[in-house]
Amino acid sequence: MENWSLFSLCVLLGLTSRWAVSFHSYSGAGKPPMFGDYEAQRHWQEVTYNLPVHEWYFNTTNNDLNYWGLDYPPLTAYHSLVCAYVAKLLNPEWVELHASRGYESHSHKLFMRATVLFTDILIYIPAVLLYCFYFCDGFSKQKVATALCILLYPGLILIDYGHFQYNSVSLGLALWGILGLGLGWDLFGSLAFTLALNYKQMELYHSLPFFCYLLGKCIKQGLIGRGFFQLAKISLTVLVTFALCWMPFLSDPKQPLQVLHRLFPFGRGLFEDKVANTWCSLNVLIKIKTLLSRETQLFLSFALTLLFILPSSLKLLSKPNLWQFKLALVNSSLAFFLFSFQVHEKSILLAAFMLPLLVKDGLLLPYVVTSLAFLFLSLYLLSALERSTEEELRLGIYRKLTRHWLPKLNLSRIIKWKFWFSLVAMAALSFTSVWLEPPAKFPDLFPVLVSILSFLHFLGFIIYFNLVQLMEPQRKKSQKKTN
Amino acid sequence: TVMAAPVTNDQSWFFALALGVSFLKCLLINAYHSTDFEVHRNWLALTHSLPAAQWYYEATSEWTLDYPPLFAWFEYGLSHIARFFDKEMLVVQNLNYASPATILFQRLSVIVADVVFFYAVKECCKCLREDKGKYLLGKPSFILTVLLLWNFGLIIVDHIHFQYNGFLFGVLLLSIARHFQNRHFEGALLFSILLNLKHIYLYIAPAYGIYLLRCFCFTQSNIYASPESRINKLSIDLPQVLSRLFPFKRGLCHAYWAPNIWALYNIADKAFSILGVKFKLLDINKLPKASMTGGLVQEFQHSVLPSVSPLATLVCTVLSILPALFRIWHRPNGARGFLRCLVICALGSFMFGWHVHEKAILMAILPLSLLAVESREDARIFLILSITGHYSLFPLLFTTQELPIKILLLLLFTIFSLTSLKTLFRSGGALLNPLEATYLLGLIPLELICEFVYPLTVWQKTFPFLPLMLTSIYCALGVTYAFIRLYISLLTCSDSTKKIKTQ
Repeated sequence: MENWSLFSLCVLLGLTSRWAVSFHSYSGAGKPPMFGDYEAQRHWQEVTYNLPVHEWYFNTTNNDLNYWGLDYPPLTAYHSLVCAYVAKLLNPEWVELHASRGYESHSHKLFMRATVLFTDILIYIPAVLLYCFYFCDGFSKQKVATALCILLYPGLILIDYGHFQYNSVSLGLALWGILGLGLGWDLFGSLAFTLALNYKQMELYHSLPFFCYLLGKCIKQGLIGRGFFQLAKISLTVLVTFALCWMPFLSDPKQPLQVLHRLFPFGRGLFEDKVANTWCSLNVLIKIKTLLSRETQLFLSFALTLLFILPSSLKLLSKPNLWQFKLALVNSSLAFFLFSFQVHEKSILLAAFMLPLLVKDGLLLPYVVTSLAFLFLSLYLLSALERSTEEELRLGIYRKLTRHWLPKLNLSRIIKWKFWFSLVAMAALSFTSVWLEPPAKFPDLFPVLVSILSFLHFLGFIIYFNLVQLMEPQRKKSQKKTN
Repeated sequence: TVMAAPVTNDQSWFFALALGVSFLKCLLINAYHSTDFEVHRNWLALTHSLPAAQWYYEATSEWTLDYPPLFAWFEYGLSHIARFFDKEMLVVQNLNYASPATILFQRLSVIVADVVFFYAVKECCKCLREDKGKYLLGKPSFILTVLLLWNFGLIIVDHIHFQYNGFLFGVLLLSIARHFQNRHFEGALLFSILLNLKHIYLYIAPAYGIYLLRCFCFTQSNIYASPESRINKLSIDLPQVLSRLFPFKRGLCHAYWAPNIWALYNIADKAFSILGVKFKLLDINKLPKASMTGGLVQEFQHSVLPSVSPLATLVCTVLSILPALFRIWHRPNGARGFLRCLVICALGSFMFGWHVHEKAILMAILPLSLLAVESREDARIFLILSITGHYSLFPLLFTTQELPIKILLLLLFTIFSLTSLKTLFRSGGALLNPLEATYLLGLIPLELICEFVYPLTVWQKTFPFLPLMLTSIYCALGVTYAFIRLYISLLTCSDSTKKIKTQ
C-alpha cells in the first residue's frame, strides 16, 4: 500500500481517538465557583474580546486576576481573541463580560473542543507527519508505525481533549522549530521556536538546547565571517519576533513587567499540589517548603537546575549535531521539570502519572483505554521493529520532545524486568487510587505515592539520557566498527 | 495448507486488529445512542421481571418485544449480569432509564458479544482460496479481516446507534464459513439459530433453502428440518409472536427512506404530481396530503402512481431473486455461488422490501467482503456498494457531536478499502471506471450540501427533509447499479468457474 494512504490512515485514527476522547468530561465540569482549565480558557476569550490590550494582565474592576487571570504569554492571548471572535459569531452569550462566568452548555463544549481540533490539525499533526517522513530512519513501514505511536500518545490527547488545554499549539510550534533546524533552515526554526516560547513559557525548558545548538553551529562556521553573519541573522529573527509579539505591551514599561510577573509567579511556593519532581518528593521526608525561606528555595532550585543542565548544554555546544540536539532537549526538559520552581504536573505530559488529575476530571475511562492502547501499540509495533534494528539509541529519536516515559526495549533482562515491574506498579496504583479509600491519617497517600514513583523514574531517565549524550561518540564509533 | 505465514505471526496481527477496534469501541461508550438503547433496556427489564409466557404481551413501554424468542432468551441471560451494574435498569416501569452504569453495561455487552464476530471472521479467513501476499498489508486475509472487523457500518450502527448486529453477523458469517468448509449440518444449524435470533434474516433464507436442497437433496433435508423444529419448541404463542415480529401496519418506507427502489418510486410519484399540478392535469385538492416526507411512520397513499401494498412488495422481491435462485439450482457453483446468491437475496429484499431499514444494507455488504478479496469484479461491486451503503447510514447519526466521528471513520474505511483492493488487483488496469469514480466522488459535494450548506439556508425550515431525500435517492442509484452488476456477474461467471473445475 502506498505511503500516502498509510499516513492518512494514521492521521484519521489519531483524529478519531482525539474526538472520541473529547466526548468525555472536561476539567471543572459542573464545579462552581472556580470550575477548571476549561473555564479559564473561556474566561480568557471573554477578557481579550471585551477589554483593551493594556488591561489584559492587570487587576482592574473588569478583570479580576484571582479568577483565572491570564498567565501565559501574549500569543495565547491573541489566540483566545481569535477564538472569541468566532464565539461571538456563533453565540454572543459565550463571551459576555462578567455574565458568561461559568457558562456551560453542550454546544459551547462542542465549540471549544472544535477549536482544539482545528489548531491540532493546523499545527501539530503536519509537524509530526513531516518529522516522521524526514527524520525517521528505516523503511516506510517503520516511519508510519512511529507516526501512529506519536499521534496516539495518550498524554497529549487526554490533556488537550479531555482536561482541556492547547498544548498541541506550543508543542507543534516547537516541533516545527526542530524540523527547521533539522532541515538546515535555521531562521525558520528559530522563528517557530520563538513563537512557541511566546505561546507558553513552559517552552523555556527547551530553550537552552536550541540556543546551544545554534550557537555551537555558528561557532563551528567560524566566529569571524560566515558564522558571525549567521548568528546575527538568527538573533535578529528572534528579537524581531519577540518585538512583534509583545508590540502592544511595549508602549509602557510597566506592561512587560506585569506580564512577566504573571508568567513567572515567584510569589507562589516551591510547588503546588502533587508534582513528580524533586521538591515535592523531598518534602515527604524534610519539610523544605516551610524550613527554608523563599529566597533560599529560589536559589536552591535555580542552582540545581543549572547544575543538571550544564553538562548536556556544554556537550551540545561543542558538538552541535542533530542527535546531540535531541538528547539535549530531553535532558534539559527533564532537568527543568525535576528541579525548577512552581512546576505543574502537566509540564511532563505523561499520561500515567497524571492519574489523580484525570480521575478528578472524570476522565478515568479514556485514560485507561488510551494508555492501554498506547502501551500495547508501542510494544507491538516497536518490538516488531526492534528485531531489525538493534540499537537502543534508536529510541532516542522517538523520544525527542515529548519527554515521556517509554518502555525500554533493551535486550538486557534487567531492563525488561524493571519495565514489567513499573507497569505492574502503575496498574496497582491506578487501581488503588480509584477504588480504595486512603487511611484517614494520610488522605493524600495515593497521589503522593504516584508522584514519588514517577519522580524515581524521571531521576533514572535523566541520569540515563545524560550518560547517553555525554558518552555518545564512543558508542557510535563502536557501532560503525561492527557494521 | 495454503497459509504462507507461520501461525504465531498470523495470530498476532489478528489479535492486534481486534484489540484495536475494541479500544475504539470503548472510547465511543459516551457517544450518542438512539432509542434502540431504551428498546434493549426495556427488553432486559421485561425478560428479567416477567415469566416467559408474558414476554410478547407486555406493553408498558412502546418498544415491545419484536425479535424472535431466542433473542429474548439472550436478553434474559444478559439481565442476570446487568444486576451487578445497576438494578434499577431491570424495572420495567423505569422508562428511558439511562444511568452511567446502565450505559456502561449495555455498551460493554455489545463489545463483548462481538467476540462471536471475531471468531467468525477468523474462520472466514481460513476459507480464502489463496492467501499469499508479498507483505502483511497485501495479504487477502489481512484485508478481509480489516474490512470486516473495522467495517464502518457495523461500528456506527452497533457502537453508537446501538444494536447487536456484530454478534448476529458473527453467527451468519460462521454459518457461511461452515458451508465453505463443507460442514453443512453446522452451517444449517447456525442459520436456524440465526433466524430465531432476528427474523430479518428471512431475506436470505431462500438462498439457503435452494442451495441445501439442490446440493444435498432429500436424504439430508430431513436433518436440516429437525434443528428448526427443535428450536421452534422454545417459542411460545405463535400468532402473538408473529404479530409482534411482522408489524405490517407500518408504512412502505421508514421515516428516513432506505435507498431502495421505493425511494425512487416515491420521488417519481412526487415529481409527477408536481408536474401534473403545474400543467393543470391534476386538481391539487384531490391529492392526499404530502406526508411521505414527514418523520412519522404511517401508511400513506401515492398521488399519481399506483399505491404499493405489502403483497406487491413481496411479489416484487420474489421476482427479483427468482432468476438467481434458478441459476443456483441449475448450475450450483459450490459455496461461492451460494454466497453470491445470498448477497443477491439480501440486496433484492433490500431493494423491494416493505418498510426496509437502511441498516439492512449491511446484510449485503458484509458477506460480499468475502467475495471482494478474491475476484476483481466483486471488488468493484463491493467498493460501490459499501461506500454508497455506508454513506446512506449517515442520517442515523444526526447529532453535531458525532459528525466528525462518522466522517473520519467513513474516510478511514473508504481509503483502506480503495487502496488495499486496488493493490490486490493491481494487474488489469484501474478497478473503477471513470463513471463509477465520479459517482463516488459526488458523495463529497452531497455531504457538504446536506450537512453544511443546507442547514444555513432558508429552506431548512420549510423543507427540512430535503437533504434526507437527496441522500436516499443518490444512494439508491448506486445500490441499484451494484445490484444489476452483481446479477450480471452471477449469470455470466458460472461458466468460467465450471471450466476451471473441469480442468
